[in-house]
Amino acid sequence: MAKTPRLLASAAALFLAVAAQAEPDLEAGAKLFSKCTSCHQIGSNTKKRVGPNLNELNGRIAGSIEDFPYSKSMTKAGQEGLIWTNETLDEFLADPKVYIPKTRMSYRGMKDPEDRLNLIAYLNTFSANMASHSAGDPHDLDPAILALVGDKEYGEYLSGDCKTCHQADGSAEGIPPITGWPVDDFVYVMHAYKNKDRNHPVMQMMAGRLSNEEIAALAAYFADLEE
Amino acid sequence: MTEFNRRLFLGTSTAAFGLLAAPAVMAAAHGKPRVVVIGGGAGGATAARYIAKDSDGAIDVTLVEPSRTYFSCFFSNLYLGGFKEMDDLGHTYGVLASKHGVNVVHDWAVDVDPDGKMVTLAGGSKLPYDKLILSPGIDFVDDAVEGWSVAEQNKMPHAYKAGSQTELLKAQIMAMPEGGTFAMVAPPNPFRCPPGPYERVSMVAHTLKANNPTAKIIIADPKEKFSKQGLFQEGWNKHYAGMIDWIGADFGGANVSVDADAMTVTIDGEETKVDVCNVIPAMKAGRIADMAGVTDGNWAPVNAIDMSSKANADIHVLGDSSQQGDMPKSGFSANSQAKVCANAVRGALTGSRVFPAKFSNTCWSLIDTDDGVKVGATYEATDEKIAQVDGFISSTGEDSATRKATYEESEGWYSGIVADMFS
Ligand SMILES: Cc1cc2nc3c(=O)[nH]c(=O)nc-3n(C[C@H](O)[C@H](O)[C@H](O)COP(=O)(O)OP(=O)(O)OC[C@H]3O[C@@H](n4cnc5c(N)ncnc54)[C@H](O)[C@@H]3O)c2cc1C
Repeated sequence: MAKTPRLLASAAALFLAVAAQAEPDLEAGAKLFSKCTSCHQIGSNTKKRVGPNLNELNGRIAGSIEDFPYSKSMTKAGQEGLIWTNETLDEFLADPKVYIPKTRMSYRGMKDPEDRLNLIAYLNTFSANMASHSAGDPHDLDPAILALVGDKEYGEYLSGDCKTCHQADGSAEGIPPITGWPVDDFVYVMHAYKNKDRNHPVMQMMAGRLSNEEIAALAAYFADLEE
Repeated sequence: MTEFNRRLFLGTSTAAFGLLAAPAVMAAAHGKPRVVVIGGGAGGATAARYIAKDSDGAIDVTLVEPSRTYFSCFFSNLYLGGFKEMDDLGHTYGVLASKHGVNVVHDWAVDVDPDGKMVTLAGGSKLPYDKLILSPGIDFVDDAVEGWSVAEQNKMPHAYKAGSQTELLKAQIMAMPEGGTFAMVAPPNPFRCPPGPYERVSMVAHTLKANNPTAKIIIADPKEKFSKQGLFQEGWNKHYAGMIDWIGADFGGANVSVDADAMTVTIDGEETKVDVCNVIPAMKAGRIADMAGVTDGNWAPVNAIDMSSKANADIHVLGDSSQQGDMPKSGFSANSQAKVCANAVRGALTGSRVFPAKFSNTCWSLIDTDDGVKVGATYEATDEKIAQVDGFISSTGEDSATRKATYEESEGWYSGIVADMFS
């Protein structure tokens, strides 16, 4: 049962870093999602509806659910490389018919940026393959690995390797922020790369050479990093 | 010249106190230990920043760099392709001084006295050091390409140090007559940024395709193969079919001379009149490395464990100038090496913890709009050299979403490394 709050906490941490303006309110996001439920399913209920299922939305190629009757324009957008991320979802939701002309989605748009932030944060709690970070389930890992206490000073040194790409101030431009994550989530994600359960060649390589202690050290360091 | 006075460290006095109480190996003779860094590029700016930041004022760091604005070579090809503005590539040193207390001196280092541990600047000042870090990038080997010398660089630019040379090359490309010819003389190994010339060809082709689609590109190359060759050639066929002619060593690409006044290139005896000629000559360590007595041939051999010179334990050499083993000469590599070096130098001067050396590199290249590829590896220090541990490369035939994501990632990397050097 500890799982839910951890997922929520990490989504919040991500949004803090990405949006930097407001902390997303997941409860508000859940309420806003009620506007979508007449057409879209999420969570364990995955029956087909008028709109596509929204599990694993963040990181998904647009128009890519097999057999779903998307509009031509949505399928084309996906073929041309559109991937749903915090940013693209935000633009799409603001004005769907402008972002994807001729989309079948008959929704006028969500004008308030804060509403969109909250809604996307809520959607992200159902996306384990997010283009950026999401936690997965730390309990799949050997408890001995999670129990390791990281050497922060060593983590700071090792973090030099991360900071060539991931910015220390948590800003995200094409590369996800990694500051302020709960320690367990960080450890889990790094082990997922190390074991090649997550797909990213650079991250598989970087995590692949780190020992359990080194991953713990990095997690401890980045968890508290504020610049 | 007040610039040369060491800065007082503001706002960190408590932290500094704590560290001064630690075993300060070198502090005895003359107060704070002194580090001088020559060259404020990918290696030097990173090293200065990390040593100053992490020692919290316990080490005096002086950075010597003639330019007030550093124009990165990385992404300068994207400027040629019209994807970046020159302003996007320029970065200044103010934050290194104001936030981290680095004493930034805008001057050339003209001499190093390794015995007296003293650097002389063009302006005449002298800077004593306990540890010297050299990251002066590259210079060109004299007479590497017959008919070309630095005196010709206004007619036949190298654009292999970014800034005015890059702008000149772009202006020449834009002024090419319809159906004209762009020639590149590519360098022999080892050189800065192995995929650089070929990313450049891609970006030049991108610009020509939009403005001058019947123009041609020829590359005379002294090598038989080049970095990411399969990926580049696949991309050239896909995006710029019929435009690019690569003449490798097997076809006489090594046998080249140029005539800058006549604007001709002669490859294996065959003379061609060209409109633009980008000569990228053979390279060697920045000259100041010679003066410091740390070069052996064209490059400066270093110990992998801390990037210290094999000729002098108190001089470290980073980035392109160093001869370290398996890492390519890239901005990413220089930045990675700088952090290992900074940790070791700090340890030697203040007794702070020294951790095992780990290095990494990834080089992204853009072939056409949203068509990015990458190659990367991790490295460790052995007694002999920096040795590769693991690596990867983009595959041919990847889907467009992957290529787009790779390009977007490269933009993230650019912001990241620039922040890691200058923020
Ligand atoms: C076209 C091109 C594209 C590239 N693309 C990439 C890329 O995508 N990714 C990547 O990682 N790398 C790339 N590189 C390579 C990268 O630019 C270099 O490898 C990197 O800059 C090397 O860092 P450095 O510190 O050794 O030298 P530099 O960054 O060149 O810094 C050297 C500095 O030293 C200063 N200097 C020299 N002599 C003196 C002296 N006597 N006194 C004081 N100062 C001095 C110079 O003014 C200069 O600022 C590219 C290079 C080129 C040319």
